[in-house]
Amino acid sequence: MTENANEPTYPDDLRYHAEHDWARIDGEEATFGITWYAQDSLGEVVFFDPPDAGTAISKDASYAEVESVKAVSDVISPLSGEITEVNEAAKENPDVINSDPYGEGWMVKVKLSNPSEVDSLLDAEAYKKLLTD
Amino acid sequence: MRGMSLARTPLYETHVDAGAKLVDFAGWEMPVRYRGIVEEHLAVRESCGVFDVSHMGEIETEGPQAGELLQRLLTNDVASLEVGGAQYSCLCREDGGVLDDLFTYRLAPDHYLTVTNASNHETDLAWFREQAVGFDAEAADRFHDYAMLAVQGPRAREVVGSLAQGELPKRFRVADMNLGTGDAMVCGTGYTGEDGVEILVPPEEAAALWEELVVAGATPAGLGARDTLRLEVNYALYGNDLDTEHTPIESSLGWIVEEHTGFIGSERCAEQREAGPTRILVPLSLDEGIPRQGNPILAGGEEEVGVVTSGTLSPSLGHGIGMGYIRTDLGSEGTEIEVDVRGKRRPGRIGKVPLYDGGSA
Repeated sequence: MTENANEPTYPDDLRYHAEHDWARIDGEEATFGITWYAQDSLGEVVFFDPPDAGTAISKDASYAEVESVKAVSDVISPLSGEITEVNEAAKENPDVINSDPYGEGWMVKVKLSNPSEVDSLLDAEAYKKLLTD
Repeated sequence: MRGMSLARTPLYETHVDAGAKLVDFAGWEMPVRYRGIVEEHLAVRESCGVFDVSHMGEIETEGPQAGELLQRLLTNDVASLEVGGAQYSCLCREDGGVLDDLFTYRLAPDHYLTVTNASNHETDLAWFREQAVGFDAEAADRFHDYAMLAVQGPRAREVVGSLAQGELPKRFRVADMNLGTGDAMVCGTGYTGEDGVEILVPPEEAAALWEELVVAGATPAGLGARDTLRLEVNYALYGNDLDTEHTPIESSLGWIVEEHTGFIGSERCAEQREAGPTRILVPLSLDEGIPRQGNPILAGGEEEVGVVTSGTLSPSLGHGIGMGYIRTDLGSEGTEIEVDVRGKRRPGRIGKVPLYDGGSA
């Protein structure tokens, strides 16, 4: 099991939720995951337990759990919609959530029910500022 | 905790330089991990790790009646502790509630050093001094006089031995030695289930000793690995598994309780041992899921029969383990139970002691 030893990264093409989740927006669809800060705070992720495809999820509400050796954390949905795909590879090997939180460590793909909610999310600069405040 | 300043050990800068993830532990800014808990855990099981445990406190008890005072305070039989020996015991209130669990080293006939848990040090010290009235003995606060490093693992003695002049003390023995960076008190104790030593040194020598140990082959290990290691071998942690609400008999520490010595709390412990406690601390082993502190333990369908006090994924065993208090009649090894892990019932059983039996200790 490896852990991401890299410096903190917060890609500019993503939008962020203050509860340390990211969304990659593609029209009315989006991919969600947790940020570098979130995986670093948790430590080595050993369980990722997402709901099934087809589940409706709501902005600001928990939709999944991630569990590290030491702690459990709810994963908060940055936007509302219906899950269209779950990252089965991350369920099998949750350490990709540490090693590649914005790539292989993605969690779910979602069909957005209210794309205008995107406006309420933070950009990378605002999220980084939140972390340093 | 924002706005509160955390205490730092003499190794703080060393930890920051090593890239440690630091967390608040009992008011101390301590490394929870460096590279990763699992990697550090396995380094200790397979080779050698070094932990900064300088947040632990020390109380020195000295004087013609130091032994008598400690016999009154501690649950174990202090009279049987020889010079150069180490002994594990509890400190209890009159009602048997556990104030702390501690190691005491007998340095000379009338001279003892007791290691306290960080969060209990001040109350322990006050209790020692309160009870010392009428004894020809003094309890001195030595918290700021020592840093403490734990070097643990099957190769720990080889690593520390490479710095030492002479032979390291055997298990549960203590000796003053020169480790190249200055004088050190070396103790054959630990909290991991592996062989190794704990080393007390003046704070200003801690960083140099740490560097020497790392160069000699010790892997820096954080409190995260310390927790997974101790849980695999069923060592209780004060604040999680031990507290003033439970006696040492309930905490399955009867083996360090010698009621005949008349220690404070001995009457309650004797009564409870005689009648049998209604609940006991047991190891838990789950087939799936990870038990966490506060999770209810269920048996026979719906009934709540206990509560989890510590839990983790076991890096060496690969499944969820923990400990918790359970109704005594359900506390035997092998009894099937379920743990309610955030609404999901996770099947498992009462485990054996120790859960992990491959240690070198």
